[in-house]
Amino acid sequence: MAAEDPKVKVEGLEEKVHVWPYLVRLEFLCALFVAIGLTVWSIVIDAPLEEAANPTKTPNPSKAPWYFLGLQDILVYFDPWFAGVIAPVLIIVGLMLIPYLDINPKGNGYYTYHERKVAIWVYSFGFIVLWISLIIMGVFLRGPGWNLFMPWQYWDPHRVIALVNVDLPYALGVRTYNMAMLVGGAIVSGYFALGTAAYFFMERKAIKSVGFLRMFIKVQLYLIMLGMVIKIVLRIGFNIKYILVTPWINI
Amino acid sequence: MATKKPEIPSLATFVEKIKSGELFEEIQKDILDSQIWKSSFRHGYADTPRNRVLQIASNVWLHLHPVKIHRHALRIKFTWCMGGITFLLFLSTVVTGVILMFYYRPVGEYAYFDMKYLQYDVPFGMLMRNMHRWAAHAMVITVWLHMFRVFLTGSYKPPREFNWVIGVFLVTFTLLLSFTGYLLPWDQLAMWAVTVGTNMARATPFLGHEGPFQEFVFGVSPRYDARSLLIGGSLVGPPALLRFYVLHCIFIPLIAGALMIVHFWRIRKDGGISGPL
Repeated sequence: MAAEDPKVKVEGLEEKVHVWPYLVRLEFLCALFVAIGLTVWSIVIDAPLEEAANPTKTPNPSKAPWYFLGLQDILVYFDPWFAGVIAPVLIIVGLMLIPYLDINPKGNGYYTYHERKVAIWVYSFGFIVLWISLIIMGVFLRGPGWNLFMPWQYWDPHRVIALVNVDLPYALGVRTYNMAMLVGGAIVSGYFALGTAAYFFMERKAIKSVGFLRMFIKVQLYLIMLGMVIKIVLRIGFNIKYILVTPWINI
Repeated sequence: MATKKPEIPSLATFVEKIKSGELFEEIQKDILDSQIWKSSFRHGYADTPRNRVLQIASNVWLHLHPVKIHRHALRIKFTWCMGGITFLLFLSTVVTGVILMFYYRPVGEYAYFDMKYLQYDVPFGMLMRNMHRWAAHAMVITVWLHMFRVFLTGSYKPPREFNWVIGVFLVTFTLLLSFTGYLLPWDQLAMWAVTVGTNMARATPFLGHEGPFQEFVFGVSPRYDARSLLIGGSLVGPPALLRFYVLHCIFIPLIAGALMIVHFWRIRKDGGISGPL
């Protein structure tokens, strides 16, 4: 690597350059391409306008704007208070917290995978898998009744889907309501407690440099993100509806 | 007291002046030396280091930039140009949006027919509408990509933490701008997408009438809860249209615009575009 000649000779070049013309001309070209692209696109493809709004005629499926379909899709796995309210708030707050939780000084201002593998993995997983792919699924694969249809399948509004989902405590053999609530609560709190403990044990050498609070918040966000994946797998793979059922909230 | 008569140039000398280009040089000199020109433009166009600096520093639009930047900040491979494209698309929606506002009334009886009028009768109305909508959708995508790029380059790390937080606000406001605009065509697509979206607010803990723990909050009902605050009623009707119109055209653009000023300012104050040090 080191023996290779650099493509551009950089020794003689100055560290700083004038914005006019070196940056402004790039911006101008970029703006030109975007403006032409947008104009051509707008001439060729018309924005949709359906029939007039009619509150008595509900389309099936009713879909939110495409950029919210990831959130609409997790409504399959979670109740609205989580999928529609808590999850978006957690996403926004979690994103804002990133610079304060990730205190790895490496990889500041350049592309690197090896110096910050975990950070890249977590963000890419959240963005590409949990956000973008759920949006693609919501736009193209969700048909009437929010059922899953493959692209070659007819969107049959009368398709029958067997509702065989049960709650996790029921699947484990618990039959009384109060006992189910206890078992469900134990599973959920046990997941967070064990997850937190395991993470702190794994990262025990870093606690001092990272700080307790920072590490605690970080692991809670990781566990919520992972928990969403676990819930999706449980629902699709094992027909589990809820893990914790209470008179107030279900998880 | 013989006054000197002004000399009237003969046609031949006049033609000669045009041919030699002398006339144009004189006119150019007259314009460049005039008070109007000098008060408008503070420097010449000659490519000198001084003019390169003045070109940026004495132009209200260009002075968002510093006059000099690090060479690495020019690399499109590094920036993907996504932040700038997002801003350009925002400006496009502002321009086309203002034009659309001349023809559109956010009233239940009129809104949909104003859309039809825009599409079929207004000169370039369809084009303006298309550009507005596609620029808005593109802006959602480019702002996500910008955020992804900033993450991958670790550009949120000190000293740029605060600007990342501002950026997250801007992503949120981009989505809200797009969402509030989604209702305005007042067609089936608009109404039911916004119904689905705002239905989530029913389930707000404590403050939504179907949310957990709402029974502990006095007065929460379908008519008065987090959702009705947003749509001005218990279902998406004309009051929702008016609210979303005001949010879309005035409230959110003002806040997003203010945050953009902070965002761009902080880039410079935090040492310019991030790069290896």
